[in-house]
Amino acid sequence: MSAMRETQSTCPYCGVGCGVIIESEGTQITGVRGDPAHPANFGRLCTKGSTLHLTATAAVTMQTRLLHPMRRTARGTAPSAIGWHEALDTATAKFAQVIRDHGPDAVGFYISGQLLTEDYYVFNKLAKGLIGTNNIDTNSRLCMSSAVAGYKKTLGADAPPACYDDLNHAQCLFVVGSNTAWAHPILFRRIEDAKRANPAMKIVVVDPRRTDTCEIADLHLAIQPGTDVMLFHGLLHLMLRESWTQPDYIAAHTTGFDALAARVHDCTPERVAQVCGIDARDLLETARLFATSAATLSLYCQGLNQSSSGTAKNGTLINLHLATGQIGRAGAGPFSLTGQPNAMGGREVGGMANLLGAHRDLANPAHRAEVAALWGLSEGHDVPATPGKTAVELFQAAADGDIRALWIACTNPAQSMPDQATVRRALERCEFVVVQEAFATTATCAYADLLLPATTWGEKVGTVTNSERRISRVRQAVPAPGATRHDWSAVTDFAQRLEALLPSSSAVSLFPYALDTEAGAEAIWNEHRESTRGRDLDITGLSWPMLDAQGPQQWPLPEGRSSGRARLYEDGVFPTLDGRARFYDVAYQPVAEAREPRYPFALNTGRLRDQWHGMSRTGTLGRLFSHAPEPVVQMHPEDMAGRKIRDGDLVEVTSKRGAIVLPAQSSTDIGLGQSFIAMHWGEEALSGRSHRGKRLAGVNALSNPAFCPESKQPELKHAAVQIVKADLPWSLLAVAWLPGDRVLAVQTALRALMPRFAFASCVPFGSGGALNAGTAERSGLLFRAADHDAAPADLLAEIEALLGLATPDTLRYADARQGQRRAARLVRSAADPTEARLDAFLLGGDTRSEAWIKPLLQDQLPAQAFGRQLLRPGATAPVRIQARGKVVCSCFGVTETAILTRLPQCTSNDRQRLAALQGELKCGTNCGSCLPELRRMLHATSVAAQPEAALS
Amino acid sequence: MRAKKPKQKLVLVGNGMAGVRTLEELIKIDPDLYDITVFGAEPHPNYNRILLSPVLAGEQTLDEIVLNPWSWYEEHGITVHAGRKVVAVDRVKRIVRADDGTEAPYDRLLLCTGSHPFVLPVPGKDLEGVIAYRDIADTQAMIETAKTHRHAVVIGGGLLGLEAANGLMLRGMRVTVVHVSEWLMNRQLDDVAAGLLRQSLEARGLTFRLGAHTQELVGDETGRVKAIRFKDGSEEPADLVVMAVGIRPNVALAESMRLHCDRGIVVTDTLQTVTDARIYAVGECAAHRGVAYGLVAPLFEQARVAANHLAEMGYGRYLGSFISTKLKVTGIDLFSAGNFMGGEGTEEIVLNDPADGVYKKLVIQGDKLVGACLYGDTSDGPWYFELLREGRNVRGIRDQLMFGAPGV
Repeated sequence: MSAMRETQSTCPYCGVGCGVIIESEGTQITGVRGDPAHPANFGRLCTKGSTLHLTATAAVTMQTRLLHPMRRTARGTAPSAIGWHEALDTATAKFAQVIRDHGPDAVGFYISGQLLTEDYYVFNKLAKGLIGTNNIDTNSRLCMSSAVAGYKKTLGADAPPACYDDLNHAQCLFVVGSNTAWAHPILFRRIEDAKRANPAMKIVVVDPRRTDTCEIADLHLAIQPGTDVMLFHGLLHLMLRESWTQPDYIAAHTTGFDALAARVHDCTPERVAQVCGIDARDLLETARLFATSAATLSLYCQGLNQSSSGTAKNGTLINLHLATGQIGRAGAGPFSLTGQPNAMGGREVGGMANLLGAHRDLANPAHRAEVAALWGLSEGHDVPATPGKTAVELFQAAADGDIRALWIACTNPAQSMPDQATVRRALERCEFVVVQEAFATTATCAYADLLLPATTWGEKVGTVTNSERRISRVRQAVPAPGATRHDWSAVTDFAQRLEALLPSSSAVSLFPYALDTEAGAEAIWNEHRESTRGRDLDITGLSWPMLDAQGPQQWPLPEGRSSGRARLYEDGVFPTLDGRARFYDVAYQPVAEAREPRYPFALNTGRLRDQWHGMSRTGTLGRLFSHAPEPVVQMHPEDMAGRKIRDGDLVEVTSKRGAIVLPAQSSTDIGLGQSFIAMHWGEEALSGRSHRGKRLAGVNALSNPAFCPESKQPELKHAAVQIVKADLPWSLLAVAWLPGDRVLAVQTALRALMPRFAFASCVPFGSGGALNAGTAERSGLLFRAADHDAAPADLLAEIEALLGLATPDTLRYADARQGQRRAARLVRSAADPTEARLDAFLLGGDTRSEAWIKPLLQDQLPAQAFGRQLLRPGATAPVRIQARGKVVCSCFGVTETAILTRLPQCTSNDRQRLAALQGELKCGTNCGSCLPELRRMLHATSVAAQPEAALS
Repeated sequence: MRAKKPKQKLVLVGNGMAGVRTLEELIKIDPDLYDITVFGAEPHPNYNRILLSPVLAGEQTLDEIVLNPWSWYEEHGITVHAGRKVVAVDRVKRIVRADDGTEAPYDRLLLCTGSHPFVLPVPGKDLEGVIAYRDIADTQAMIETAKTHRHAVVIGGGLLGLEAANGLMLRGMRVTVVHVSEWLMNRQLDDVAAGLLRQSLEARGLTFRLGAHTQELVGDETGRVKAIRFKDGSEEPADLVVMAVGIRPNVALAESMRLHCDRGIVVTDTLQTVTDARIYAVGECAAHRGVAYGLVAPLFEQARVAANHLAEMGYGRYLGSFISTKLKVTGIDLFSAGNFMGGEGTEEIVLNDPADGVYKKLVIQGDKLVGACLYGDTSDGPWYFELLREGRNVRGIRDQLMFGAPGV
């Protein structure tokens, strides 16, 4: 056995940017834990981070990773493996031909906020420096571009001025459009700590949904979707009325306040209360807390960004900070939380269609010249002035035939982009699609002509920047598996080959980096560092050795300084020409697509607690599905009752752009006339066949590509939809435990069958239990489908075969005429032959027995007493069973049932009850991601247990 | 006064289950109507022929399978001529004559001559050690042979053949079942159930040759069978060959009486022969609406109708039987009834429980249960049989049908 090794690196999930210590033996990652020395998390990890090592097992790698370059000779066929030389020669030849025949703007690059800064840098240089096109944009466009535009429009630079430590100094937290509890769990742990240390701190949460984040709030404003600007104007109106603004600060450090003050004059509390759907008294209380607290910190995320008014929302929130002087002080400021691990790094190197490196602007000729000089472009070769196409525009151009060669890296647009009908048309029409990916399982891979295998977490080398401007190293713990390469290395190799085919733009190679080595990455980073000299994000004082020696550092950190700056604008000087911040004077605009009689529901999208993006990584772990097991659309129970929709009924959700089918779930957390679908459910997990016979595309079949005119960020958070009960009388549910080295391959095979049904979803599940308990965790798959008529027998037989139900000992029931087909497999225990457990079942036609047979399988309950009764229809179990229930705490596998059983024995106040619960069951004592939910349960039971207390 | 009217004479030819059951039913209705005389070819009182298999298997004794001991005949004043075969009937004089010359006059005559085993017309069929399986004598012959010989071949993988094979195996013989069809009990089971049956019997030690055509039976120099040879040229050793390839109604007597026979003595819905209304035929020898039944349940139904008519009640009608099958091999439960093979215009519901060796098939036509084939768990057989006979609409309970009678 090789010795165990530990490697300090960074978590690849959200923008909190937690430090992780990767444990490995030889080529295998064996464990992960939080890095106690990392200033983002001080050793903590969330449900996703603490299971990272499980996504890097040999079984997951073999089944899901793209391990060799592959080429498709024709779309729709299986790709075949080729060598890197052949792959890159193919790519360079095609790109060179398109550029020669149609000009550089006929190619495009669509990259990712999950790439490292070095990857990003090379891509940007390739497009803007070598090829001469600005058609390079990233999925950060779907995530952070409104925050970028908001900061630049007001404060003058794309720099979050606050830091995580400000949580400890704030007296008021204003959380807007962010379900921090789920999306940034470790930051939420810090909020909980801060609240515990300072109970006087007030927390206001603004969100159309009552999310778990609201559990810690003193006040929750459930505004109508998209009315944030009206809310912020209304707050400013009240601040002015009550003289809560800071005229001195306004006068000394800002411009443009008078126009804004005039604009908010008619944003009266009555009007705001009506538009936003909130109580005017809550509005006043919020204004008071925001303006008069000693220090107010705003935390905001996609609720503001993913909007056709995204820049306006960001800008008008920052207005409040400027007007009240809540900025440039400890505990005060507008703090944009980043969605992706390195959206910040991407912004720093200018990896977007309208940006240049080191926060330079493409529109600025001086900036373009500076960059051309830095890159050493020859005379006459400039950075092109024409702005590139942003994400939505890029795919629209491909759909229109203007983009002919598209390179997609580290992102899954066939899952994540709005208006999937257009995105798919683009991918189909585009002559040449390169997909550079770590996982072979994403929806986008199906459209690639060329697949390039990339390294991923645990294998990569480089740097990332988190929400608080902190640069952390990403270090390689294990060798790159198969023929995978670092993204920057593959792109550099491609660029070096392309240089030979294109007219020379530089005397020497623009890409003099040593391929596939750490030195190459460091050289790229050093080049980037030099580009920041004198800029707001100057990091010329930083080096990789310094990161190694002193740990992660915040920017700016110019030459001569020994540490970065914790917070910006403490001197009231802003990076604008006159040093003053600008108020953002903009009118409230409602959502791009108003609800109307044909589309009467607002559709909101967002994250689940235990999933990440398109689930190419988190989706490999069954245990991460225990909290939210299957795709659903959440609706208010009254809306459901009015439409005769019951929990679990399949509904068809239709927008002007597409339709999907999925089960409905009632939730009073959702407002009337609103609905919610988690952003993760792409066609990989949720699909089916449209009326026209095409594969359904998941949640983004519905979403609206309308984008903010400033930031070009699409309005993923709002679409008007119709929701009607789906008329699909024949249903199917197939559930099976599968061997760990097969389960994901079977999932891939089942995905291919999803379009054979009008509705289909396919998700893994796990045996759960405590993380790192040492017991082997089992994993399985759940396949649910429905259709107008019974599925053909051969299709069901194929599903049965995949799920291990084609064995001679399988129990079977079939009434073909009635479309009824059921199968079940009991496995006798090796230790005790009198005991048997259910290993797999399929219910076709009547699936009501799901109510008892699914828990029987998933909770691994003794099933020997059932025998043939397993095939019995109906929701009543033939033998009484005690299901475990929904998992609340993933780390210790603690279920709702267990908690509710234990709760009555925990007495006195909620804090002591929580402590008792944690002592008994250990729930919420590891990553803490379930704490908001635990508190909600405590709260609900304490109210229920003492009705007289509620009356008094 | 009816009591003073002289008793009529009823003669029963065939002292077996069909005839004696008819007498029992008759006596229940009117014990004094007839003077009854019974002729039986076997020297035994009426015994339960279907329990010969348990006797062969050593699970029951001959005494235990007697249904009506001699005392019963005595009690009811019935004259019995056991071991006497009726050889002629004069329908004009209404007199029955047995092989020993015994005669008996009748007013009504009940023919329950039963059936005889069909013997394959192959060379060697008359060798010593080649027998059929029909009666106590055959059973005793098998029991005796099993004591001294080793290799048995049963020709015929139907109900009777399998019971014989099982019995011989339990008595220590190495038994091969030769069957011309591709699956066992092809008249009573579908291929799936038959496959399960075969597996189960193989596990017990029986050997099967399915789809096998017998060419001849080979004898040794003493004239005893020593092997069976198939059309493909292969051979199996055989010290005993039991033919169980079906039965033929015993109609020789009826034909000699010039009663109309066609696959049996043709009877009406009151079990009277179509030729002579004084004469009734019940059981395996009778052909009702073209069907001669070889199972006990229809025969009992016929007995009830015939008795009703003999008792001058006259309202009973026999309209044919749904038949169900059970195999009397301990530990093997199978049941079939009605149109269990399905086919055009029918729908099937199928359940498989391979671990427990259970297979069930229900055949539905027009929302009614028309057939059932159960293997391994036949507990719901009677319920299905009832649904089948009553022709009840099962649309409302269709999904539950496979899982048993409600409330049981």
